Amino acid sequence: MPTISKSPWMMHYDGSSCNGCDIEVLACLTPLYDIERFGVINTGDPRQADILLITGGVNYHNESVVKQIYEQMPTPKVVVAVGICACSGGVFKDCYNIKGGVDTTIPVDIYVPGCAARPESIIDGVLQAVELLARKQTEAESATAAEGEAQ
Amino acid sequence: MKRTIVPFGPQHPVLPEPIHLDLVLEDEKVVEAIPSFGFVHRGMEDLASKRDFNDYLYVVERICGICSYMHGMAYCEGAERIFGVEIPDRAKYLRTIWCELSRLHSHLLWLGLLADAFGFEALFMQSWRVREKILDMVEDSTGGRLISSVNRIGGVARDMDSAMLAGFVAQFDKMESELRALTKVFLTDSTVRARLFEVGVLTKQDALLYGAVGPMMRASGIELDTRKLGYAAYGKLDFDIITSNGCDALARCEVRIGEIFQSFRLIRQAVDKIPAGEIYIPVSGNPKGEATVRVEQPRGEALYYMKANGTRNLERFRVRTPTFSNVYSLLKILPGAQFADVPLLILTIDPCISCTER
Ligand code: SF4
Repeated sequence: MPTISKSPWMMHYDGSSCNGCDIEVLACLTPLYDIERFGVINTGDPRQADILLITGGVNYHNESVVKQIYEQMPTPKVVVAVGICACSGGVFKDCYNIKGGVDTTIPVDIYVPGCAARPESIIDGVLQAVELLARKQTEAESATAAEGEAQ
Repeated sequence: MKRTIVPFGPQHPVLPEPIHLDLVLEDEKVVEAIPSFGFVHRGMEDLASKRDFNDYLYVVERICGICSYMHGMAYCEGAERIFGVEIPDRAKYLRTIWCELSRLHSHLLWLGLLADAFGFEALFMQSWRVREKILDMVEDSTGGRLISSVNRIGGVARDMDSAMLAGFVAQFDKMESELRALTKVFLTDSTVRARLFEVGVLTKQDALLYGAVGPMMRASGIELDTRKLGYAAYGKLDFDIITSNGCDALARCEVRIGEIFQSFRLIRQAVDKIPAGEIYIPVSGNPKGEATVRVEQPRGEALYYMKANGTRNLERFRVRTPTFSNVYSLLKILPGAQFADVPLLILTIDPCISCTER
C-alpha cells in the first residue's frame, strides 16, 4: 500500500461559502469527530497538501485564487467539494457573482452533499479521497516504472 | 526605515475565511493595513428580486452559517412588521431560546479560534468540545446543526416540549462548571495574558468614532445592547450588559466570556416563563411597505431594511452586519501592532466575512 495513504495532509479553502460548511470542516478536527485519528493532518500550506477541501462555490473574484492553490499543490492531489454550494452553486446559483460549483474552475474528484455538510459525511469524503490518492500514487509509480523498463 | 509590504491572505492558515490585507511594515511593526474585499461576495441582496419572499427566507439564513438562526429571525420579524401581525408569545420565547443557543455556540467557537490564533491548541479543542453539546441541543430541537430553518413568517415551525427544555437546563450546571474552569485559563493564565493584555487597544473615544458594535464596543466601556430593545421575548427577561474598561484583546475575551454565562441565565429564565399556546399564525397575501429591524447578533448589532411593493418579490433587501461596522476599528488597531499579532487582532473583532460581503 502506498505510504501516502497513512499520512495525507489536507488543506481547506473557503470559496464563497456561508461559513456553515467551513465550521463543520473545522469541527471535524475537534475531539468529537477527530479526523486526525485517520492520520489526516490539517495544514495551511498548499505546497504541502495532498487533499484540498473547498467549501462554497467559485465566484468571479476568487476564481484565480482557487486555481492558484490547486496548481501549487504537488501531484498526486485530490479535490473534495464540501457542501451543495461547492458541488453546484446551491442556493446561490442564481447570484450574479457566482460562477458555479468548484468543478467549473478546477477538476473535482469527490462531492460531499449537505447544507451544511455534516462532519460525518465530510470525514467520509476525506477517507474516500485518501483511497483515491493512494490509487493515483500507485498508478503514477507504475507508469514511471513502465517508462524505465522501456528505455 | 525601509518599508515592506506583506500580503496577508486571502488564503491564510489562521483564518477560516478569505480576507486580504496589504500590511505595510517597518521592521516588525505594522504602520498601515490596506484591506481588499470581495472574495466571498455572492450578490445575495440582488437575489431578493428574483425569489418569492417566502423562499428568500432560506437564502437569508445562508448569509452566514454561524448566525444563521438570527438572520432568519430578523427577516421574519421584518416581514411580520410589514404584515402587521403579532406572533404568539410561545413563539417569541422559543425564538429567544434559539437565539441564545446560537450566541453560546458562536462565542465558544470564537474562544476556540482565538486560542488557536495564539497557539494554544488544547484550549481550542476544549472550547469546541463544549460547543458540540450546544450543537446537540440545537440539533435535537431543530433538526439541523447549523442551518436550522425553524423560523416562519408568523412564528416558528417546531415546538420544544417541556421535557426537552428541562433536559437542556439540566445539562447547564455541568456545562457552566466546565466552562468556568476553561475560561479561567483564558483570563488568568500568564502565557495567555502575555498575548492578550494591552494588545490592540481601542479607546472609548475611538470605539465611538469608528462605530464599533457588539463585544468590541462593550470591551471599550460602552454599555449598549440591542437586545434591550425587547425584540422576541427579551423585554420580559432580565440580563446584564457585560462591559469592560480594558479596551484591549483581553477585555474582548472577558466580555464574550461574561456573555456566555448571561446566555445560560437567559435560557433558564425563558424556560421558566415560557407560556403554553400556539407557535404559529398563518400569514397570507403579499407584503407591501417597509420595515427596519435591529437585532443583537453574537458579533454585534445587525440592521436589516426591507421594502416590499405588493408583489411576490421584495423590492429591496439590505443588511448591515456587525463585522462591516467593526472593520473600521480593526483598521484602527492594526497600525502600531507587531506583525505576529496581526492574526490575533483580526480575530478579536470576531470577523464574519461571509456576512460582510454577502
Ligand atoms: S452548502 Fe449550505 S452551509 Fe454549506 S456553504 Fe453552502 S449555503 Fe452554507
